Amino acid sequence: MTEAECAECGATLDLADDLETGEIIDCGTCGAELEVIDVNPPVLERAPELEEDWGE
Amino acid sequence: MQIGILYSRIRKDEKLLLSELRERGHDVTKIDVRKHQFGLDGTTAPVDDLDVVVDRCLATSRSLYATRFIESYGVPVVNSSETAEICADKAKNSLALAEAGVRTPETKVAFTKESAMEAIEAFGYPCVLKPVVGSWGRLMAKIDSRSAAEAILEHKATLGHYEHKVFYVQEFVEKPGRDIRVLATDGEPVAAMTRSSEHWLTNAAKGGETEEFELDDEALELVKKASDAVGGGLLGVDLMETGDSYTVHEVNHTVEFKALNEATEVDVPAVVVDWLESKATEKTAAEAVV
Ligand SMILES: [Zn+2]
Repeated sequence: MTEAECAECGATLDLADDLETGEIIDCGTCGAELEVIDVNPPVLERAPELEEDWGE
Repeated sequence: MQIGILYSRIRKDEKLLLSELRERGHDVTKIDVRKHQFGLDGTTAPVDDLDVVVDRCLATSRSLYATRFIESYGVPVVNSSETAEICADKAKNSLALAEAGVRTPETKVAFTKESAMEAIEAFGYPCVLKPVVGSWGRLMAKIDSRSAAEAILEHKATLGHYEHKVFYVQEFVEKPGRDIRVLATDGEPVAAMTRSSEHWLTNAAKGGETEEFELDDEALELVKKASDAVGGGLLGVDLMETGDSYTVHEVNHTVEFKALNEATEVDVPAVVVDWLESKATEKTAAEAVV
């Protein structure tokens, strides 16, 4: 378990060990979608809005 | 093998795939499409030594262009740009299924509000209006009356992206509260589940209940034909039961497998990686011949 700070509200997030660059995680405190920019150490940024047609 | 994953977001599905690939000792190159350029004679993306690239782009435009460019560099991509092009567009999808003799809901495409209204009236109520692009059941409308049809067409005409100026009207299929999702590799089923919901949209992404489903011979044949119709690949085939038979609604090319992995006994990422390995072997064999 590793920790990082929410880029939106500053809450501390517990992160899984198998974190991947590009992964999207939700902040449990403010609900913001965060993108993992770096894993070692973990860096989170607010995830960009999904653009246009996405999904399957 | 050397495998590339084309992405702009890593979801649970991609994580499952990545961990299975790494567990088997494959060399995985993650390619964030947002960070690269794709030129006529090459790309900044590290694709040169890859045996196969798996397209996991969520945005259809990225998927369509990036796969096309990567193929032009001689690197095989799954799913192919040809498959992506058919699957990304509901109208092309319907045409491909119909041309292959796969039963699919009756569908009409119209380009103006007036003409769409005529199509809707001809189907009668309820019927369904969908955008030709997009997914997860977003912006799909079940139309119950003429006044609802008028309102929706007006909204689409006023607010719509140009792709929403193509009106895709479809018969409403009465189904037993559930539909069937089959994940298949070149027409070979990996796993299948039903998605049930009180709501007419039963997508797992919309919170429908899922349960494993056993395919009968007819369904097996339909999945194969539907997959061939769009050029094969790693696909999600959506079937609905129509009493004594099935109808194929659509084939999805950027398929999610997290829900299937949870709903069934099948180790979905393992079977997908088996298939990817066979794809890489095909490529190596083809090179040996040259
Ligand atoms: Zn937060």
